[in-house]
Formats: sequence, C-alpha cells, structure tokens
Amino acid sequence: MSTTRSTLRTHWVALRAMLVLTLVLGVGYTAVVTGIGQFALPAQANGSLVRDADGAVVGSALIGQSFADAEGAALPEWFQPRPSAAGDGYDGGASSGSNYGPENADLVAAIGERQAAIGEADGAAPGEIPVDAVTASGSGLDPHISPAYARLQVARVAEARGLPETEVATLVERFVQGRDAGYLGDPTVNVLRLNLALAELVGD
Amino acid sequence: MEVLFAALQAATLALILALLYRPLGDYLARTYTSDRDWRVERGFYRLIGVDPRAEQSWPAYLRGVLAFSLVGLLLVYALQRAQAVLPYSLGLPAVPEGLAFNTAASFVANTNWQSYSPELTMGYTVQLAGLAVQNFVSAAVGIAVAIALVRGFARHGSPTIGNFWVDLVRGCLRVLLPLAIVGAVVLLAGGVVQNFAGFTEVQTLSGGSQQLPGGPVASQEVIKLLGTNGGGFFNANSAHPFENPTAWTNLFETVLMLAIPFALPRAFGRMVGSNKQGYAILAVMATLFVLSLVALSALEAAGRGTAPELAGGAMEGKETRFGIFGSTLFGTTSTLTSTGAVNSMHDSYTALGGMLPMLNMMLGEVAPGGVGSGLYGMLVLAVIAVFIAGLLVGRTPEYLGKKIGPREIKLASLYILVTPTLVLAGTALSFALPGVREDVESTSIWNPGIHGMSEVLYAFTSASNNNGSAFAGLTANTPWFNIALGVAMLLGRFVPIVLVLALAGSLAAQRKVPATAGTLPTHRPQFVGLLLGVTVIVTALTYFPVLTLGPLAEGLN
Repeated sequence: MSTTRSTLRTHWVALRAMLVLTLVLGVGYTAVVTGIGQFALPAQANGSLVRDADGAVVGSALIGQSFADAEGAALPEWFQPRPSAAGDGYDGGASSGSNYGPENADLVAAIGERQAAIGEADGAAPGEIPVDAVTASGSGLDPHISPAYARLQVARVAEARGLPETEVATLVERFVQGRDAGYLGDPTVNVLRLNLALAELVGD
Repeated sequence: MEVLFAALQAATLALILALLYRPLGDYLARTYTSDRDWRVERGFYRLIGVDPRAEQSWPAYLRGVLAFSLVGLLLVYALQRAQAVLPYSLGLPAVPEGLAFNTAASFVANTNWQSYSPELTMGYTVQLAGLAVQNFVSAAVGIAVAIALVRGFARHGSPTIGNFWVDLVRGCLRVLLPLAIVGAVVLLAGGVVQNFAGFTEVQTLSGGSQQLPGGPVASQEVIKLLGTNGGGFFNANSAHPFENPTAWTNLFETVLMLAIPFALPRAFGRMVGSNKQGYAILAVMATLFVLSLVALSALEAAGRGTAPELAGGAMEGKETRFGIFGSTLFGTTSTLTSTGAVNSMHDSYTALGGMLPMLNMMLGEVAPGGVGSGLYGMLVLAVIAVFIAGLLVGRTPEYLGKKIGPREIKLASLYILVTPTLVLAGTALSFALPGVREDVESTSIWNPGIHGMSEVLYAFTSASNNNGSAFAGLTANTPWFNIALGVAMLLGRFVPIVLVLALAGSLAAQRKVPATAGTLPTHRPQFVGLLLGVTVIVTALTYFPVLTLGPLAEGLN
C-alpha cells in the first residue's frame, strides 16, 4: 500500500516539475531569445532578407533559389545554383538532400546528365566541371556555388545578356567570398547576391 | 593547403575545448556538490513539493528518473495529438498515433530520431513546449545519472546517491539555460532565424515564387546541440542555412556539442578527489575522437565510389560553405556524442565513410558521448577494463578505491550487452519477419542493394544508442519502424540507466579499499591504453560481422 502511495506521489511530483519546467524552458526561454532577436538582431532573426533596388524582397541571402523556367530548364542569362533535392528544386518548405548512396545508379545517371547539360551550355569537358555543379547539397537550399563554377558560367551569362565577358568576370570576382576567418569552410559565391548585382548591371 | 586549413580548424576546436575544460568542469562539479540552493530553486522545490536536502537511495533516485520521463513521454504525445487545436500550429493537423509515439519516445530518450519532416508535421507550439523542453530536461537527466554514478565512486559507506529533483533542476537552471541563452545570441548574430512568422512567400529574382520558412529556430538549435539531442527544426537539420548559416557557426555548433561532454571528465576528477583520473578518461575520449575524425575526413576527401568519382568528389549531400572537412568534423562530432544532428547527408557519404558514423555510435558513444551518457558509458567500460586487468594479474580488481565484485561486474556486463542486442535484433527482425520484410524493402529502403541494408542497420544503431542521425533516405514513418525504433530508443536509454544507478548504489555503499602495491594505477598511460583497447575490442567483436554485410561489402567491392 505504501509503495503504491509513494509511486503515485513520485509521479505527482514529476508532473508538477514537468509543467513548471515547460513554462520556464519552453515558454519563458523561447520568449527571451525571441525578444533579443527581434530587438537586437532583427535582420538576422527575420531571415536575412535581400531586397532589390526598388526595395522589394527577392529572397534570403541564406536560402538558395531556382533560376529556371516553369519546366525546370536552366535560364542561361542567370548564374545557376547547384542541383537541389528540396521539393521540385529550392522549395523552402521541403528542405532535403537526395540521400542517394555512392553506388546508386540513379545518382550516377543524374551526374552524367548534369555534366552533359553543363558541357553543352558552358562548353566545358566533364573533367573541367566543378563537383558542386553536378551534386545536390544536403539542405537542397545551398545559397552558394564554388568560385570555379561561377567562373565557368561567365561566358554563357555574358553572351545571353549581350554583355562584355570581362565585365561579368569582374562582377564574379567581386562576389567571391573567402573562407571564414581565412581558414574555415570553403570559398563561395552567393548566387542570389551575384545575380541581383548582375540584374542591376544591365538594369532589367 | 586543404589539409592545413582542416588541421587549423581542428586545432581551433581543440583549443576552445581545452580552455573550457577546467572552468566548465569545475563549475559542473560545484553545481552538483554545493549544498546551497538558489532562491529561485527553493521556490521551485516548494512548487513541486520536494525537500532538496532529502538524500535518495538508488531505487528512489531511479523512480524519480522514470516517473519524470514517463510524464514527459505522455505530455509530448498529448501535445502532438492535440496539435490541431493548439496556437501557432501553422494549420497543421494532429500527428498520427504511431508517429506521435515514436517522436515522444525519441525526444524523451535524448535521441531525437525524426521519422517526420518537421516543416510539414510540427507546429511551433509542439516544437517549443514539447520538443525544446525535452531537449533541456532529457539532457539534464543524462547529466544527473552520470553525476549519481560519480557519487557512487566518491562516497564511502553511503546508502544514498543524491537527490534526483535537485540534480534535474540544477542541470536545467544552472548549466543548460544560461549556456543556451548565450549560445542562442551567438547563433542569431550568425543568421539563425527566431520569429513566429510562419512561411513567407517571396517573388524570386527570375520571376518565380519561393516559400521562406520562419520559426523560433535559434532557441531550439542551441539546446539541440548543447544537450546532445540533435532533432532539427527543419528536415535538413543543421545543413539548413537557417539552422547553420556559415562556416564559423558550423565550428561554433561543434563546440556546443562537445563542451559539456568533454568537461564532464574534469567534474568527475574533481568529485573523486583526483584530477588525474579525469585526465585519463579525457585522454581515452580525445584519442578515439581524433582517430575517428581523421579516418572519416580522409575517406571523404579521397571520394571513392562510382558517383563521387564521376562527379569529381564526395559533395553529394554536402554544403558548399562547409566543404568536406566542415562536414566530416560535424558528422564525427554528432555521432561520437549522442547528438545525431547532421550538416551533411550521411546516406550520401562514400561507402566506407558512411561506416564511420555507424562505428562511432557502435562504440557506445563514449568519445566523448552524450551529456552524461558519455561519461557513465566510459566509466562502465573502465570497470570492465580494471576487471580484465585483474584477471590478467590474478588480483581482485579495484577502481578508485572500490572493489569490482561479482555484482558490479554483472551490472557492467549487462550494460554493454543492451545496445548490441537491440541493434542486431532490430536489424535482423526487419529482414526476417514475414510481412515486415516486404514492407521494409518496398516502402522504407531508398537505395537499392547493399546500401539499403546499411540504412536499416544505421537506423537501429542510431535509435538504440540514442543518437538520432540517419541514413535519411530510409522512410521510417511506417508502423514497423515507428514502433520498433521507438521501443529500441526507450530500452536503449532506460535499461542502461537502471543498471548505472544500481551500480552507483552498490559502489556508494562500499567502504574505501586502501591502495596497495598490487593496485592498478588508473591515471597512467598504461590504463589509458588498456581502456582504449577494451572499448575498441568490445565494439569490433560485436559488430564486425554485420558491418561486413553492409558498408564493408559496399566499400570493398
């Protein structure tokens, strides 16, 4: 009898502890962090939004977006991001990698097709195509490409826009971001920021 | 150059952890040995009706752990089932029974396996009132159990091992909450979002549209790592730029995962009255960590396999900003602790590279392991190691002045049998049970052939060791996996806790045995090597056969 009562009492203590901790750690803590974010760091807390010259939001600096037509075909006048496995591509509501294993035949075929498409569009041999251009990222929302892949696309973009190649090449170099602190991670180019500058360059 | 940058990044991490080791370890030791309560804590004890000075025997301590976890399980389950009527649910419906059970078990067991895609399943209220709270308290429970075991070594002739409610509250309020607030501000500065805006539709630059997600992410991200939980706010977990925006946040997130597990050996050393004992445990953990990190990094940088060789490298499932080493550093950290967060898709690692996260978990997550669970796992292995040493020289084994007798060695042996049993039985049943096998092969497995078997092995390894990472191609939201993995997570968490607390009670009751000339010193390199060997051999003997059926077969093919 006394064991039953003590077991019941322990659960009653546990329930009260869980409810108080939910208030403190669930509600209170989240509110404090939200308050700090919204008052002290609102730009980051609200998604690092990127605006065009007219002030319209065109996306987030941290979230990659698609530069393809409605059928999914790459638009040659924009720098292309990496392949994406998020939804139909860069779906911000469905972040995901492909999860294909290293021997998966579908992945091997997809890499081959991507190399062929890029080879045709950018006039590159398979060996010259950077690895990030033909592989999907972990999130499906990778905002970056490698500087090598950005440089590979210069001639195509310049031709599609009727711009001198040197001007586009200069723009790319301006958007090459080095490693954090000089040694963390890999060098990158933010595709949205680069394309936004490109659009402003020709003023369309 | 790549190797140099990688080495520099690893050195930075090591330096930060070295600087944290003493202050954080000492702070942990003080937190759990102080007899002074904060004013807010006294209010808390009055509210829940416990006397903070009342010491508990090990069964009473255990009843507290189990009752608290059961209540947590029911609450998280209820919140998910009631999601449709909760505020800030983003219009999402109630979570179905099987999935709700799996998720509740997963977060209470500090596993954070996710059979679901968060963006499409969990509203903000379930995330913050259910899941984030478990991120705190399941971590605090883990530390409490480890501290109870340390008290077993530190106390002599004592019938009690502490007070669970005090350890729980102090872990939450003195350790996790302050660190989480500081960490959240750092992540916010790096670009992690924190709002209640839901999805925002924007017009993209090329004229399309895109849904940008929002949510209270920073607050949850930091505790998911600090508490070695690992459940992502988003499906892509820490690969998602809103969870882990830059290369430096990536390094900071590895620090968050490792800070407490690597500082606990110091707290242990302090509490048993010999810092050298803490350094010995630290040396074993750090050696295993470095070996595993180097192996995974080398394998991914080499990029063997049909797809990586065709593409020119193993970047499938990896983010540009982290690169190969930022990915392998995070992956190693996450699977050698019990975090299970991912910043790159382990399913897409090279065949042998993908085996490393599995091996890390199979080691029992002791290098440095989850918050608390890593230390108690390593101390159990230390008990086994002194026993083996005792057999070799024909003496009664002792550890820290306590005799390792039949009762202690039985408890330790049972401990190391629990997770292998769950892993191997779960994997075998998935392919042996008629009906289940067809479902596993047709619905769940994503990659065909050998790699598909690895997905199932990974799932049971992750669940039973309370890690939570996945070969995520596996569709685990099926009746079989939801129930089987849910049971594996609960047994993999709480059966070892029962054994550890029983061991704590039995050690605390013993009087101190004076050290003699025949006592094996447990703070010297000799013992570090022995413990290292025991850890590796126990794992290798248990899992080698099943690894040859999965990643070894794929990688050596």
